[in-house]
Amino acid sequence: MSAISISQLIVRRGGRTVLDGVSLEIEAARITGLLGPSGCGKSTLMRSIVGVQRVAGGAVRVLGQEAGTPALRRRVGYVTQAPSVYADLAVRQNLAYFARVLSARRDAGDEVTDTVDLREYAMTRVGRLSGGQRARVSLAVALLGAPDLLVLDEPTVGLDPVLRRELWGTFRQLTERGVTLLVSSHVMDEADRCDDLVLMRDGAVLASEPREQLLRRTGQTDIEQVFLQLVGAG
Amino acid sequence: MSPGIAAATGHRVLLQLRNDRRTVALLLVVPAVLLTLVRYVFDQDVAVFQRIGAPMVGIFPLVSMFLVTSIAMLRERTSGTLERLMSMPLAKLDLLVGYGLAFSVMAVLQAGVACAVAFGLLDLTILGPTWMVVLLAVLNAMLGMSLGLFLSAFASTEFQAVQFMPAFLLPQLLLCGLIADRDGMAAPLRWLSDVLPMTYAYDALRRVATSDTVTSRVLADMAVVLGVTLLALALGAATLRRRTD
Repeated sequence: MSAISISQLIVRRGGRTVLDGVSLEIEAARITGLLGPSGCGKSTLMRSIVGVQRVAGGAVRVLGQEAGTPALRRRVGYVTQAPSVYADLAVRQNLAYFARVLSARRDAGDEVTDTVDLREYAMTRVGRLSGGQRARVSLAVALLGAPDLLVLDEPTVGLDPVLRRELWGTFRQLTERGVTLLVSSHVMDEADRCDDLVLMRDGAVLASEPREQLLRRTGQTDIEQVFLQLVGAG
Repeated sequence: MSPGIAAATGHRVLLQLRNDRRTVALLLVVPAVLLTLVRYVFDQDVAVFQRIGAPMVGIFPLVSMFLVTSIAMLRERTSGTLERLMSMPLAKLDLLVGYGLAFSVMAVLQAGVACAVAFGLLDLTILGPTWMVVLLAVLNAMLGMSLGLFLSAFASTEFQAVQFMPAFLLPQLLLCGLIADRDGMAAPLRWLSDVLPMTYAYDALRRVATSDTVTSRVLADMAVVLGVTLLALALGAATLRRRTD
């Protein structure tokens, strides 16, 4: 079953066409990796799915409803590339505020703090944390409301390898609970942790299928090579 | 809208201010210091302080909250927290009311300290009730907040936002009657001052200071200030978009 269904999505920004008629199905309860070079339209596609992007045409349906409808705002968690949390509040204060906005459970804040391994920094102001730690606070906010769909724009940039592995473990556990994850990355090696892959370039989708199938079909062993082959440079 | 989310937002804004003690200290101390300055700059002519003391107490929150709100909203926009909130079950009104609640609290504190200093230490006397000065200060703070909120949409950097103060508030300060009597102004300037909200904020304070009854003119002034506040809030709400480029 599709958690996200996109047909003929067109987004124009400043006279430039960023997404040019993208059609895509994202399966539920799986991790889909959205891969492609910087500037290929990954973030714009994610923003369209969350419903914060002004679109010029096409349809985006999320969990059976039109993207951005009020009923979805509690069911979709979204993490932007830049950590969007309050730098002048402590980690706990940030989580407490967003938990109230999402009407999340009272202990949800502590729970997600543990998930992103920031318990010892709970009382620290976000502005005093490192870049990777801030990104984790931002991720923790997205986990707060126990969303059915998580849209994560480059969530593991700047994280140490141990934590990165743990977070991917958390993502995997979430899918076992039925949560759908869409994770973007410009690092092709993260593709190995995904079930399905969407490869993008210049505002268009090059491929969208299960990872194993994509590798078999192209006869390649790594995604970097698949990418090169698909753009005809292999 | 949800009262719970609005209250949570107000609480969050106050926490942000509390985490920034220097800003709070400046908000509370600067008006009192400037009132003291005015009192002793015109040491030989105490009438000047008696005339502009109460209006100064009441107009300060307008200027402070304008600045604080425009920077705070600009930060919400540039840090991505506004976009995050817009992707959550938060009504625009929750955000506006939340900011309003937080800045009302700050305005009461600011005007309270300024009144204590002006009336308690500097011997300011007015004919009307002191609580009216505090009430007008809160109303003016809301006006400053809503103007700051609306104008912040047109600033893309903090440098620009700060320049909106001299660009939009200083002319109003010059024209509102505080510095010079409006009757002595060139006619076009007087007409201009007729459509500027600070003119009415000043007029209400002046009337409270010089009359022991709250006249209908004061209420009319308050209605104008409230009306402009609501208009600016509505325009400000229109600049908070769920979908952006």
